[in-house]
Amino acid sequence: MYIGKVVGNVVSTIKISHLDGRKLLLVNQLDLQGNETDDYDIAVDVVQAGPGDTVLVIDEGNGARQILHLDPGAIRAVIVGIVDQVALAD
Amino acid sequence: MKFARVIGTVVATRKAEGLEGVKFLVVQLLDERRQPRGDPQIAADATAQAGRGELVFVVGSREAAQALPVVFVPADLAITGIVDEVDDDPELRRRGPTAAWTTSG
Repeated sequence: MYIGKVVGNVVSTIKISHLDGRKLLLVNQLDLQGNETDDYDIAVDVVQAGPGDTVLVIDEGNGARQILHLDPGAIRAVIVGIVDQVALAD
Repeated sequence: MKFARVIGTVVATRKAEGLEGVKFLVVQLLDERRQPRGDPQIAADATAQAGRGELVFVVGSREAAQALPVVFVPADLAITGIVDEVDDDPELRRRGPTAAWTTSG
């Protein structure tokens, strides 16, 4: 899993059935200091996240299928939490 | 899933079992700003409607095969949607994270 920042919505009409009715968000991966990296995902949102939010993203197919109750399911990246706080030891 | 641009088509008559009827396209993977990144790859089109020049998104690894009509097939990249619009906000990128970010010590 990684911490990311939602930077926008992705709108798609023609998509596979696994994605029907699901919200897709563009998420940039953050580094340990909270800065954006050049890694990203188009992720399915299950926690009503929105642009600007700091979020927790899982990028693994079995976990995604379990959360979304899909089998088979061609989804890997899912936003599974909105992050309130990150505290690092020095 | 990642952004990709469809840049060509591939025709293969003889294919592995389960891939009959699946369309293959040449895609250029893109970064989050939709600029080319990395080498072009071949993707199976799970939407069956993607065409040359279109902005799409793709899923890789084992999930690619799960997007196709027959689930256990040899495919490691699949087009799972065609992008209508991305409304990313440059202002959001300049702002720091909404979470409180602290280093104790």
